[in-house]
Amino acid sequence: MRYLPLTDADRSAMLETIGAPDIDALFVDVPHEAQLDGPIRGLPMHASELAVERHMGRLAKQNLAAGDAPFFLGAGAYKHHVPASVDHIIQRGEFLTAYTPYQPEIAQGTLQMLFEFQSQVARLYGCDVANASMYDGSTACWEAISMARRITRKTRAILSSGLHPHYVSVIKTMARFTGDEIHYCAPSLDAAPDYAAMLDAIDDDTNCVVVQYPDILGRIGDLSAIAEKAQAHKALLIAVVTEPVALGAIKSPGEMGADIVVGEGQSIGVGLQFGGPYLGLFATRQKYVRQMPGRLCGETVDAEGQRGFVLTLSTREQHIRREKATSNICTNSGLCALAFSVHMTLLGEKGLRALAAENHRLACHAVDTLANVPGVTVLNDAFFNEFTIRIDGDAREIVRELAEKNILAGVSLGRLYPDETGLAGGLLVAVTETTSEDDIDALAASLKEALA
Amino acid sequence: MNAPNKSGWKPAMNADGESIGGPATHTGNRALMLEEELIFEIGGTDTTGVDLPQPDAFAQRRTGGLERTAEIGLPGLSEPETVRHYTRLSRQNYAIDLGLFPLGSCTMKHNPRLNEKVARMPGFADLHPMAPSTTTQGALAVIHELGEWLKTLTGMPAVAMSPKAGAHGELCGILAIRAALEARGDARKVVLCPESAHGTNPATAAFAGYEVEDIPATPEGRVDLAALEARLGPDVAAVMITNPNTCGLFERDFRKIADAVHAAGGLVYCDGANFNAIVGRVRPGDLGVDAMHINLHKTFSTPHGGGGPGSGPVVFSEALAPFAPLPFVEKTDDGFVLVEEETAGDRHASSFGRMTAFHGQMGMFTRALTYILSHGADGLKQVSEDAVLNANYVLRKLEDVLHAPFADSGPCMHEALFGDKGFAEGLSTLDLAKGLIDEGYHPMTMYFPLVVHGAMLVEPTETESKAALDQFIGAMRSVAERAIAGDETLKTAPHYAPRRRLDETLAARKPVLAWTEPAAE
Amino acid sequence: MSRYFTDEHEWIEVEGDTATIGITDYAQSQLGDIVFVEVPAAGTQVTKGADAAVVESVKAASDVYAPIAGTVLEGNPALEEDPALVNTAPETDGWFFKLKVADASELEGLMDEAAYKAFVEGL
Repeated sequence: MRYLPLTDADRSAMLETIGAPDIDALFVDVPHEAQLDGPIRGLPMHASELAVERHMGRLAKQNLAAGDAPFFLGAGAYKHHVPASVDHIIQRGEFLTAYTPYQPEIAQGTLQMLFEFQSQVARLYGCDVANASMYDGSTACWEAISMARRITRKTRAILSSGLHPHYVSVIKTMARFTGDEIHYCAPSLDAAPDYAAMLDAIDDDTNCVVVQYPDILGRIGDLSAIAEKAQAHKALLIAVVTEPVALGAIKSPGEMGADIVVGEGQSIGVGLQFGGPYLGLFATRQKYVRQMPGRLCGETVDAEGQRGFVLTLSTREQHIRREKATSNICTNSGLCALAFSVHMTLLGEKGLRALAAENHRLACHAVDTLANVPGVTVLNDAFFNEFTIRIDGDAREIVRELAEKNILAGVSLGRLYPDETGLAGGLLVAVTETTSEDDIDALAASLKEALA
Repeated sequence: MNAPNKSGWKPAMNADGESIGGPATHTGNRALMLEEELIFEIGGTDTTGVDLPQPDAFAQRRTGGLERTAEIGLPGLSEPETVRHYTRLSRQNYAIDLGLFPLGSCTMKHNPRLNEKVARMPGFADLHPMAPSTTTQGALAVIHELGEWLKTLTGMPAVAMSPKAGAHGELCGILAIRAALEARGDARKVVLCPESAHGTNPATAAFAGYEVEDIPATPEGRVDLAALEARLGPDVAAVMITNPNTCGLFERDFRKIADAVHAAGGLVYCDGANFNAIVGRVRPGDLGVDAMHINLHKTFSTPHGGGGPGSGPVVFSEALAPFAPLPFVEKTDDGFVLVEEETAGDRHASSFGRMTAFHGQMGMFTRALTYILSHGADGLKQVSEDAVLNANYVLRKLEDVLHAPFADSGPCMHEALFGDKGFAEGLSTLDLAKGLIDEGYHPMTMYFPLVVHGAMLVEPTETESKAALDQFIGAMRSVAERAIAGDETLKTAPHYAPRRRLDETLAARKPVLAWTEPAAE
Repeated sequence: MSRYFTDEHEWIEVEGDTATIGITDYAQSQLGDIVFVEVPAAGTQVTKGADAAVVESVKAASDVYAPIAGTVLEGNPALEEDPALVNTAPETDGWFFKLKVADASELEGLMDEAAYKAFVEGL
C-alpha cells in the first residue's frame, strides 16, 4: 500500500511504546458490535497505480470531451483556453497541499495571492472590495440575498426572469428554510431583458433585486435605472455575472450602481470539470464589508514593520460567531481562486479585452451564420458570447440528434425549464475563442439538415 | 537529545544552537528566501502573457451600447514573469509536501499525484455539466461508483453528492432533517450540539432556522448521555454529534444516544469530519446515524489547495433518503441518468431542492474515487488503523511533558489533545505554535476544542513514517520544554519564517482588502 | 448622577432619564485589542437583557446587553472611527450608547462601584 509508510516492524514497536497489545486495543471504545471483523465485504481490495489509472481512463473515454467536438454549450459554464502555466502553478505542492492560511507567517504565498485575487475581482466587477471566493456562482448568489437581508432588514427578494434557473432553484431551496419571500417567473422569449418588470416590482418592502448580466438568454441591458430605483426604496441591487470574460467588453455592474456583484469565475482559469469545483466571486461596497460572507484577506505589517497579509474580520465567521455567523461557510475555493488569478495575470487588461473582443467577434459571426439557416430565428439584439435561437418544435430533440453526430449544439431551454412548454423551441448557443469558424459552419449545416 | 535534521543543517545557527545573524542585504532577500512584490506593482495594463488577435477598432459591436470604456486597472505579466511571481509566492507557504502537517480535525494527509493525473483526463476535466447524458456516461459512472463506495463504507442506504464542502454537506443534512420533520407535520425548533462541537455545527443549524442549545460534556470528554436524555423532548429536531469527537475520542454511547433521540422523535446528524479514524473499520450506519457528511478533502485525500475547494457528500438513512437534494445519478437499464428538475417530479418528488448550480465537485469525485480504488477495502482499514496508531504514539510520547487532559479516558482516535497547563506565566499555546514554526512545522490546531484551556489538537495522519513522527515529537517536546521553562524568545517567535508575527489588530481595525494606487508623493 | 454596574461587565450612568452605557475596564482588559464596535441606531427600542451592541476583538465577538429597557438616543459615533477608545478610555470617551430610561426601577439590583469591584476580585 504505497501511501502508507509504516512497516509492520514500526507498528509493533509503536504498539509497544503505547502499551497496547494489538491494534484492536486502540479501538476499545468502539462497541464491539459496531466493528467489522475484516475489510468490508463486497468491495475490491487495493490496486496498483497502473490498474487504477486504466480503470479511470476507461471511464474518462466514455465521455465526449468539449475539445473533441464542435461545442456550443454555456448556460453558466464556459469553455475557454487556459494557458499551460496556470495548471503548472496550481500543481505546485506549496499551493496544492497547503491548508487555509491560519498561520500567516508560513502562508504568505496563499495570502498575497488572495489579496491580489480580491483586488482583481473588485476591479473586474467595478466594486470596492471582494472576498477570497465562495463555492460557486449559485451559492454566492444566495449568500448575496442573505447579506442584503442583514443590511436592509427586509425579506422580499425580486429575481429577474433572466436569472439562471439553477440559481433560482438554489435560492428557492434556501428561502424555504429562512422565510425569505422570493418573487420570480420564467423568462419569455423577448429580444430585450425584463428590466421594465423589475422596475415595476420594486417597492418599500423590497430587500433586493437580483439581475443576471448578461442574462440566461444572453441579453444585455443597462442596470442603472434599476440601481437608482432600488436605492430610492432602500433596497439593494445584486448583479449576477456568470461569464466574467464579458466584463472585458461591457460595463461592469459596479459602474452601473450595483450594490453587490456576485458570479461564477469558472471561465477564467478553472475549466469545465463537469460542473465543479467552480469559483464563486463576491464583491460589494466598502461600507458593507462587515456584512459580507466568506473569508477576507487584508494587508498589515509584521513585528519588524514589513508588509504582510492575514485573514481578517474573522469575527463574522462561523468558527467564532457560531450560531450568529454571517454564513455557515468555512471553505473558499482557494485553488480555483489561484487558477483565476494566474490566468487573469497572464491576460492583464490588454489580454482580457482582446479575449472578450475575440469571443464577441466569433459570436457575431455565429449569429449571422445561424440566422441564415431556414427555420432558425435569433432572439437577441444585444449579446456578448452567448445568444438564444428559436426553432419550431423541441430543441431538446435537436440537441440529442446532433449529439449523436458528435456536435454539442448548446443547452436547450426545455432542459432548463422543463415546465415551460412555451420555451421548448429555445436553444442557448455559446461561442468562445475556442470555437472555430469551421465549428460554426458545422453547427449551421447540421441544424439545417435536422430542421429540413 | 532532540533529533535535528539528519543533514545536520540548521539555518542561521552555530553548533551551540545560537543564532548567528548575517549582514543585511540590498534586496531584502536572504538567498533562497525571496521577497516578491504585488502584481499591481510589477505588472502593467499594457502587458500580457497571452497571444490573442488584437481587436479591430472598426469591428462590429452588438453589446447594446454598453462598451466598457474606462480603464479596468488589471495588471498583466508576461509568461516568464508570471511563472516566477507565483513560484516565488509558493515558496512562502508551508505544505504537506514539505513536512508533517499536524492540524487536528483537518486530516492533512498526503495527496497522491495519481489523483491529479486522473482529474485532468480530458474526458473528466473538459466536460460540460449540461452536456447530453449520452455523452457523459463515464462521468456519471464515476459519481455513481463513488456514491456506492461511500454508502458501503458508511453502511447507509442513500447518498447526496452535490454539497460543495463539509459545511455545505452539514447544511444539506440539516435541511433534509427539517424537510422530513415538516413532511410529517412536526415543527420542532431546537437542535442540540455538544459544547465541544466545531463552530460550523451551530452556525449550520441556525442558518436552517433552528435554535441551538448546548449539550454538556462529561469530565472524560464525551457527551453527557444523562444530560442529553434529560433535555430530549417534542421540541428537539435533531442532535449534531461529531464522532469521533473533537477531543479525539470515540463516543462510546453513540448508539444509546441515537436510540434515545429516535425514541423522542428526533433525528441524528453525525459530523463526519473525523471519519478518517474509523473508515473501513466502523460503519456509522450501524450506530443509528440518519445523516452524515464526508469531507472528501480529509478522509479521501483530495488536496486542501490553501483553503478549498472541498467536497462534502452526505449519506442518509432510509428515513431521510426521500428528501435528499437534486440532482443525483441513478443507474438504469439504459445507463446512467442524471435526475434533475426535468425528471424529479416522477422519481424524487419529496426532494428539498437544489443546493448548487450543477452536480457537485466532479474534480474532487475523480480524485477521491482514484484514492479509494488505490486503497481498496483492505487499504482503507489500514488507513484508519495507522491514523489511530500514529496519534496514540504521539499522545503517549508527549504526555509526560504536555498536559493531556483526556489521557486517562482511554486510547485516543486519530488525534491527540493537549492543554497549556504547566506553561510558564506569560507563555501560551500561541507561543508554542509559533515556536513550532521555527522548528519547520506547521502548528497543530490551537484553542480548539474550547473545552480544554489552551487546547492543542494534533492529528498526524497515517501518511507519516515513524521517523517523521519521532522528529516531530522531538520538536514538540523541545518547544514544550521551553514554554514550561519560560523561554522568552518564544514570545517573539517565529524568528525564521518569511514574516514575523503579523499585526492582526491593525488589519481588523483598518481593513485594507484591495490594492489601491499609493498617493503620489 | 449615579453609576451602576452589571455582572456582564457593563457600566450604566444615569442622569435624569438619560442613561449612558459602556463596558468596564475589566471587560476591555479581558477582550484585548478592540477592533470594531457596532452600536445601536437612534430610535431602537431595547429591552432589559437583550443584545444591544457588539464589540469585537481580533478573535472574539461579544454581545453587549442593555442593562435596562429604553429607547436609544444615540450610539457613540467616535467608536466607528476609533474603536480603540474602548481600550484606552472604556469608562469615559469609550461609551457605547445612550438610552432614554423606560423604567428607573430596573436599576434596582444592579451593583454600585464597590460591589462591582468586589465582584471582579471574586472572579
